[in-house]
Amino acid sequence: MKERGNKEVFRSVASSLKDKPGALLPVLHKIQERFGYIPDDAIPVIAEVLNLSRAEVYGVVSFYHDFRSEPPGKHIIRVCRAESCQAMGATMLASHIKRSLGLDFGQTRSDRLFTLEPVYCLGNCACSPAITIDQDLYGRVTPQRFDELLMQFQERG
Amino acid sequence: MGFAVYVAQDSGALSLGAEQVARALGRRIDKRNGSPRIVRTGSRGLYWLEPIVEVDTPRGRVAYGPVTPGDVESLFEAGFLDGKEHRLRLGFAQEIPYLKNQDRLTFARVGIVDPASLDDYLAHGGYRGLSRALEMTGKQIVDEVSISGLRGRGGAAFPAGTKWKTALEAAADQKYVVCNADEGDSGTFADRMLMEGDPFVVLEGMTIAAVCVGATQGYVYVRSEYPHAHRALDRAIKAAYERGYLGEKVMGSAKTFHLEVRVGAGSYICGEETAMLESLEGKRGMVRYRPPVPAVEGLFGKPTVVNNLVTFASVPIILEKGGEFYNEYGTGRSRGTLPVQLAGNVKRPGLIEKAFGVTLRQLVYDYGGGTASGRAVRAVQVGGPLGAYLPESELDTPVDYEALAARGGLLGHGGVVVFDDTVDMAEMARYAMEFCALESCGKCTPCRIGAVRGAEVIERIIRNVDRKTNVALLKELCETMKFGSLCALGGLTPLPVMSALKHFPGDFGLAPEEIEAAHEHQELTGRAPSG
Repeated sequence: MKERGNKEVFRSVASSLKDKPGALLPVLHKIQERFGYIPDDAIPVIAEVLNLSRAEVYGVVSFYHDFRSEPPGKHIIRVCRAESCQAMGATMLASHIKRSLGLDFGQTRSDRLFTLEPVYCLGNCACSPAITIDQDLYGRVTPQRFDELLMQFQERG
Repeated sequence: MGFAVYVAQDSGALSLGAEQVARALGRRIDKRNGSPRIVRTGSRGLYWLEPIVEVDTPRGRVAYGPVTPGDVESLFEAGFLDGKEHRLRLGFAQEIPYLKNQDRLTFARVGIVDPASLDDYLAHGGYRGLSRALEMTGKQIVDEVSISGLRGRGGAAFPAGTKWKTALEAAADQKYVVCNADEGDSGTFADRMLMEGDPFVVLEGMTIAAVCVGATQGYVYVRSEYPHAHRALDRAIKAAYERGYLGEKVMGSAKTFHLEVRVGAGSYICGEETAMLESLEGKRGMVRYRPPVPAVEGLFGKPTVVNNLVTFASVPIILEKGGEFYNEYGTGRSRGTLPVQLAGNVKRPGLIEKAFGVTLRQLVYDYGGGTASGRAVRAVQVGGPLGAYLPESELDTPVDYEALAARGGLLGHGGVVVFDDTVDMAEMARYAMEFCALESCGKCTPCRIGAVRGAEVIERIIRNVDRKTNVALLKELCETMKFGSLCALGGLTPLPVMSALKHFPGDFGLAPEEIEAAHEHQELTGRAPSG
């Protein structure tokens, strides 16, 4: 039942945007916004509505780092690994974060509370090192500051 | 209206707690019957002082910073609303030396105006450039831009006027204007600051380009890492449509220009202009072969002006004050100003818009104050992840496209990242290859395979496995990538790698004479990145 419900959602999202030139990325963004990832069974529906092959849709999903094929945890933590943040200790910070969460990049904790992802520049280079937790950006993050943030999120659930 | 208190809504300031500061101010101000009002601006780019709170006084805005929510009560007690003394008082914002000693043309309004207010934009000289452009022919607009000497600020430094001329002369039933706001280079944030702090200037610049070449549809391609910028642009576009600055009959003229924001999906290569066009068409961001150039055959096969966001944002003042005015700034063939983004391990990181010709040393020491860690400066990387690493001894190099190229580097999008003496340059070289491998679109072999092999070879050099042979192999591989790659990603990744090897051989476990031969391989300017 739920599966059929999802298919309806995929179809309505794709249909609402299909007249935009180059609609595929906007459609995928919308679906990921809704589900947190691009479910496998969304691909044939999107392909049909946009008159593309499944291979074309899959090819786009797999090309872009943003599109996930697996559902992420409740909170997504992204740690910048680019040069400016490295110059301010991002490598050490990343090791600390991995240890604190018990996760490597690309993994989700078994309680599904956190997913850890690398990111290459958040445009916050004047406040390095930078991370995001969900939509919020944090600058000049120290291991201590991260632990405080983590505590807040863990308490909040 | 009364007077106002200003707090930045720029993501950098928000990342340091500006929202909490604004709320604390709001709570305290409400008790005083809602006066003054709080205006959320962009950031002036003095990030080591953010969150900054500014207040109107008869003699100008007085700044306080960095402010925490806990400081708010004492600010009120000290009488900050009258600009009174407080330990966080920075004086008149415009008089802060870091800001005073800049040439803010493109960033003239950032940090000052309310980015959500079209009226504020108009009150600060907005839409004067477009208004003048609407009385000119396409050819005249091209001439004005050409006279200014404006070159592409994304990194390729191609003359903007020449690009526009090509698109103007191309005959087609449909033309496009595309703004590259896929600012992926580490150490750069000028596009983001403009979108968040003065979005209307981007709209105006793009509309001028559209009027010039006869395009009726435009897109801003914003990276997904910039949600605040996206929202600020959307809000500005909506306001511009409502007031007749976008859509049909732009400013009452016969011109039509529609504009829409499209969001990227975390791919660095989509900052390359042809990969960006593919992405806008809803495809994988694969680099296209050139020719044809986008100005002839771009988005959906139609003539398309693709410029970086800073390029577009520099156009309104050129049209308003004339190409000659802009051209008076700068040095050699680098005319006008460059918004330099100073980042990494530096005491005073931020945005420094300055006429070309300022030296890296002035930027790093006079503006930046040296490293944040207090240790010695060891290297700076200029121009993002595809830019060269320069040692401290080369900091007298001026910010100038040709001067950087002469030292085997590039200026790119104007990012300068400072490293102290704890940096391991062999690790940075390996990272450059890994980044290239991660972001390669996969279309050409030198980049797709070369970057993976490059990271492996550097790993072997670090581990002292057959070191000399592997250094020779690395040099050869870099040559192949430089000459054989389709675009700047594969073509310029050798730049950080070879410059690290040349200037810091010890980090690779080599004596300087052991890489003597590497010096012959330093002409690694390659093809400049686009966008």
